[in-house]
Amino acid sequence: MDYFLFGIYPYIATAVLLVGSIARYERDPFTWKTSSSQFLRRKQLIWGSILFHVGVLIIFFGHLIGLLTPLWVFDLLGVTHGAKQLLAVVLGGFAGVMALVGGGMLFHRRWTDPRIRKTSSFADIAILVLLLVQLVLGLGTIFVSAQHLDGHEMTKFMAWAQGIATFQPGAAAAIADSALIFKLHIFLGLTIFLVFPFTRLVHMLSIPIRYVTLRPGYQIVRSRRTRPLAEGERARDRVARPTPAKAPAAAAARPEPGE
Amino acid sequence: MSHLLDRLNFFRSKELEQFSNGHGQVTRESRDWEDVYRNRWRHDKVVRSTHGVNCTGSCSWKIYVKSGIVTWETQQTDYPRTRAGLPNHEPRGCSRGASYSWYLYSANRVKNPLIRGSLMRAWRKLRDTMQPVAAWKALQEDPILRASYVETRGKGGFVRATWDEATEIVAAANAYTTKTYGPDRVFGFSPIPAMSMVSYAAGTRYLSLLGGTCMSFYDWYCDLPPASPQTWGEQTDVPESADWYNAGFLLLWGSNVPQTRTPDAHFYTEVRYRGTKSAVVSPDYSEASKFGDIWLNPQAGTDAALSMAMGHVILREYHLDRQAEYFEDYARKYTDMPMLVRLDEADGNLVPGRLLRASDFDDALGEDNNPDWKTVAYDEASGRIVTPNGSIGFRWGEEGKWNLEEHAGSAATRLRLSQVLDTDHDEVVGVRFPYFGGAASGNFVRCDHPEVLTRDVPARRVTLANGEEALVATVFDLFCANYGLDRGLGGQWVTTSYDEDMPYTPAWAEKITGVAREKIIAVAREFASNAEKTQGKSMVILGAGLNHWYHMDMNYRGIINMLVMCGCIGQEGGGWSHYVGQEKLRPQTGWQPLAFALDWNRPPRHMNSTSAWYAHTDQWRYETLRAGEILSPTAPEGDWDVSLIDYNIRAERMGWLPSAPQLRTNPLEVGKAAKEAGKDVKDYVAERLKSGELEMSSQDPDAPENWPRNLFVWRSNLLGSSGKGHEYFLKHLLGTDHGVMGKDLGEEGGVMPKEVRWHDEAPRGKLDLLVTIDFRMSTTAVYADVVLPTASWYEKDDMNTSDMHPFIHPLQAAVDPAYESRSDWDIFKSIAKKFSEVAPEVLGVETDVVQVPLLHDTAGELAQAEVRDWKKGECELIPGRTAPNYVAVERDYPNLYRKFTSIGPLLEKLGNGGKGITWQTGAEVRHLRDLNGEVQEEGPSKGQPRLETAIDAAEMILMLAPETNGEVAVKAWEQLEKPTGRHHAHLAEGAHHTKLRFRDIAAQPRKIISSPTWSGIESEEVCYNAGYTNVHELIPWRTLTGRQQLYQDHLWMRAFGEGFAGYRPPVDLKTVTERLNDDAPDRAHVVLNFITPHQKWGIHSTYTDNLLMLTLNRGGPVVWMSEVDAQKAGLVDNDWVEAFNINGALTARVVVSQRIKEGTLFMYHAQEKIVNTPGSEKTGHRGGIHNSVTRATLKPTHMIGGYAQLSYGFNYYGTVGSNRDEFVIVRKMKKVDWLDQPATGKVEAAE
Repeated sequence: MDYFLFGIYPYIATAVLLVGSIARYERDPFTWKTSSSQFLRRKQLIWGSILFHVGVLIIFFGHLIGLLTPLWVFDLLGVTHGAKQLLAVVLGGFAGVMALVGGGMLFHRRWTDPRIRKTSSFADIAILVLLLVQLVLGLGTIFVSAQHLDGHEMTKFMAWAQGIATFQPGAAAAIADSALIFKLHIFLGLTIFLVFPFTRLVHMLSIPIRYVTLRPGYQIVRSRRTRPLAEGERARDRVARPTPAKAPAAAAARPEPGE
Repeated sequence: MSHLLDRLNFFRSKELEQFSNGHGQVTRESRDWEDVYRNRWRHDKVVRSTHGVNCTGSCSWKIYVKSGIVTWETQQTDYPRTRAGLPNHEPRGCSRGASYSWYLYSANRVKNPLIRGSLMRAWRKLRDTMQPVAAWKALQEDPILRASYVETRGKGGFVRATWDEATEIVAAANAYTTKTYGPDRVFGFSPIPAMSMVSYAAGTRYLSLLGGTCMSFYDWYCDLPPASPQTWGEQTDVPESADWYNAGFLLLWGSNVPQTRTPDAHFYTEVRYRGTKSAVVSPDYSEASKFGDIWLNPQAGTDAALSMAMGHVILREYHLDRQAEYFEDYARKYTDMPMLVRLDEADGNLVPGRLLRASDFDDALGEDNNPDWKTVAYDEASGRIVTPNGSIGFRWGEEGKWNLEEHAGSAATRLRLSQVLDTDHDEVVGVRFPYFGGAASGNFVRCDHPEVLTRDVPARRVTLANGEEALVATVFDLFCANYGLDRGLGGQWVTTSYDEDMPYTPAWAEKITGVAREKIIAVAREFASNAEKTQGKSMVILGAGLNHWYHMDMNYRGIINMLVMCGCIGQEGGGWSHYVGQEKLRPQTGWQPLAFALDWNRPPRHMNSTSAWYAHTDQWRYETLRAGEILSPTAPEGDWDVSLIDYNIRAERMGWLPSAPQLRTNPLEVGKAAKEAGKDVKDYVAERLKSGELEMSSQDPDAPENWPRNLFVWRSNLLGSSGKGHEYFLKHLLGTDHGVMGKDLGEEGGVMPKEVRWHDEAPRGKLDLLVTIDFRMSTTAVYADVVLPTASWYEKDDMNTSDMHPFIHPLQAAVDPAYESRSDWDIFKSIAKKFSEVAPEVLGVETDVVQVPLLHDTAGELAQAEVRDWKKGECELIPGRTAPNYVAVERDYPNLYRKFTSIGPLLEKLGNGGKGITWQTGAEVRHLRDLNGEVQEEGPSKGQPRLETAIDAAEMILMLAPETNGEVAVKAWEQLEKPTGRHHAHLAEGAHHTKLRFRDIAAQPRKIISSPTWSGIESEEVCYNAGYTNVHELIPWRTLTGRQQLYQDHLWMRAFGEGFAGYRPPVDLKTVTERLNDDAPDRAHVVLNFITPHQKWGIHSTYTDNLLMLTLNRGGPVVWMSEVDAQKAGLVDNDWVEAFNINGALTARVVVSQRIKEGTLFMYHAQEKIVNTPGSEKTGHRGGIHNSVTRATLKPTHMIGGYAQLSYGFNYYGTVGSNRDEFVIVRKMKKVDWLDQPATGKVEAAE
């Protein structure tokens, strides 16, 4: 059972996440969105959303770095396991509470506002519930971790995660004797991976960086051309010149064949 | 190729170049996403259609079809250009029209034939063992079975049926009714053929072949302005909207052009850029008000006071103190103003009497043809009394002199308008005029002037044929006296000052209407001075806002007087623009034979709906208004103070109004008996009516044999919209739950009617079968027994015209009718087929006896120069003269379907025509034979042109109508040349070879051809304007004098004080009683005048269940109230309120708005009871519709018949269903109960 849940299920979940997300992006690009309900009711959204998202982002990157960074990196940096665990518990706990409060606000809003409730899909509500449960479970692990502060327990999870990531067949064994709450937390986490492509979570994959870095202009013209116009082909050049042969200029304005 | 791969190119710059100093950027990102939007708007085809609705728009639309589904619609923009200097028509079509495609696939669409479950259960049980008619008979004769479905009407419980079964029930019911009671007990109500004329004709063709009753609508809707037939002998004829652009002064009076004439409003906007001034008269700050250079807001219902005061100013300044040459000339040539009126003496007092006739003089002034119907005037040149050409006596029985040339016979004349000069009158006499201002009730201003005002009038003494000496005055002199103008003769109740408080000065009007006298004077002056400078280019746009009052005639005649005084009628850019609905069925004369099966038998059975519903929904049993209350104090001696229904019964008896049903005895049996007796039907019926053996149904509307038994409602929402007295319909006609709170005259101990038979127990549930044909589950459908799904406006072939523009538009099937629906044409064809199968069980070839009133535009309009009642022994009973006519018509019931689907032989035999003009039309029928093909099957229709499809029917209309077939137009004009003796055919000669076909109008909107059945012309010089041919071609108006008739001299008109226009305050209907508020006298409430204008959030008057429109408003029923009234009743915006009076109750949310005038409650017309309407606390039933608090009230003067222009015509003259004099109590609802439990019928509960 442990083998299936922690040895095979991670691959299933990750595969569904990958293939499902690609398929959705290809088939229904217009469903690839956050489905924000801000238009329906702004109240409670701003605080809830910011708390939730900041918290979740910290947790997400915390897990990513914490679990997948090889142990020797920490050793090299001279971070003891105990210190790392303490960092994880404190930072994770803080972010977890933030996310839980924010998520709670969002859930309350989604559940009680009749307009938002009416326009929510099953998946919209279900994913929020999953995330909240996951947060509660995650915070719950703090109490277990608090009983052994040496950080040893944590290294097992790192070993497991890195084992899975590097396709080690026996990875599941690393956490076979962990406390139930950890297992539940991991299982649910994998399940969130599994349902990811079928929910609004896909919006995580689209980050509008382009607008920050690569959009200098106020006005964007999406051209069908693949290369810049040559000197003298631009409209302003034509206006500037008195009366050169009209025909070639008009021809140049047309897209070239094969483009 | 791949969305993802296209995005995964972070390492390659997408920028091609920059421009505008880096503010702009050209990129080469993928543009594939654009295809999604391209596909969104991509479609398979575009089909031209329009909306079959009574909004007057008649706009050409593009209907988009994608994968067999109608997806959306947009405005067509290919109208032919107007002439130079005139803006184009397009774009036509409003956002409401653009919301229509929602209906096609909405949840509210009727998808299958539906039958009331309890009816279906009983029917199937009986039908197992019986033939159809026998089964229906058994069902009707079992009171428990009948009640099982009658009492559950409106409470749900429909089951799906097949077309076969549904049409069989309908056909069996029709056959049983025809056999048992008579075909005239099968009623059909469908309004406004111009909306979709083939669909209308489908039902009435079936009914007319059956002998059923086709019910009128224009009068019932109260859109018919009786003032129009009274003045012009014309139902309604108005300028097209493009003609607004030619006006120099536009007076909008109670018409909300931007809101209710949206596609035409641009002409109003445009003409203001041309410098045209506009005044808007509207009690509320309507959308039109902001267009006005000046806004007058009189108290609703006091419009006549305003127009009389304006008339006072115009007469004073343009006719008396100074005679504007154009106005005087116009009055002399085109109005009855020079005609002589006899002054009748009663108790030493004088009152205006009849117009003098040639027959009053020695040797009838040389007139031997109809001298009774030729009015007379003084010729200024000879100083003699002459008989000017054009009066109605010249129209019938002779040729060449029915025209408006300034001639009396062959002698040239110049008529004398006034006798005010010392040399022109013998004496100045006091003449009594009634004044009704003191009768005001409710919150209308009461004034203390006496009810009779005696004013001095110059008169002349003449010697009559019988040697009697009589005093005579001109209409003009009496007219001026009526307006209270001092002409230097002095005397009482006339004045030269505008500031004197005397009827009808501006100061007086200020008191009544609340509009400042300066504004009244200014508008009147500007209106008249523009008309003088432009020769009549002052126009009044008016409509239902004024016409829905009980005394709508006065509201209208006050305005018509202003227009006529200023010579605006018949002049381009001027005139009377009464817009209420799409009454202008342009190809009317081509359509009539199709619609009323005149190709197979004549005459059809027509009925005026107002009188019919008044009688059959038993509204008369609750009548609160006595004729005595509206009678003139100057009325001659007579039995005047009787009930309104008594007047109606007298009118039917004298042949003035039609009847339905007609005789108590089945007309098929009367026909058979007459045949057996070997007598002419006419004589047979006359004898027995006199002896009392036969009786007219109108005398006893509550007797079971006189009930309407079957009712078809199609293209209409009778119970959700136009049914004044909605709750009475529910109680008595349908026999289901209702909200009537008043008691009838029997219970109240009121004064009983004299002519009608009273039943102590009023019948409930008169109808055996209500069939509603609709594409949506309307309020009417909800109450039906059988609902048949019809094609929507984008799923059928049909035609549509309007008075707002001269184009004919097609409706076309962009897609096949969705689900199981069929077009109206196909539905009635199916019913006809089924009927022919079912009928032989009880019916064969029968002789029907049809009763016909004295009709306008026939010689019958000269029938009764005096009012004489045969029943009282005042005259002999002569059918067609002193009583209705009776005509035998053969009905071949087994062949009804064959006749329905072919064009019969009568057109070739008898010709075609309309409005008193008849022409041969054999050539057109031959063309139709070629076009539609010939019937091959054996039977009565063999060899006749086929009429299988709706397009065949459309081709019949287009081929036969002068408006769409130039050859017919020329023929028709030539026929008119005979009575007028003038050349008219030139008006159509250029269009001789123009023939429009259905595919022509499908290709592009086409203009109609000038036709003599209308009074305007189509030309390159002028816009369509009513009265144009009267003024410019000298064709007389179809009135007694042949002129615009400002004085109504019929006895009943004089008796009710309406000889001349005047102000009459709204009547007191006494519907708000103390008792009514007994349950909670302390609860805050307010009593308001209930007004039902046309709205913004529905497709015209009917379609307020459209989600798109509901979303833009409050999503359910609303009433509008002023802030002051809301405060009085303790209401805030959006509160749920109940409005009620003894007629019933309605529930709605309240919109509190500063634009509403204090004292009135607006409820926009026709908000569906089926959308978000909670239960009423008062009645315990679902809150009603706007007509739940109204009741129709008849006016005796609208019943007059057999008297020139005051003769009956279908939708032309007759009683009208006014509804604006009502008051309601409004209060906040304590508990909003949605009544969301299932209904249980009595039978189910018992089972």
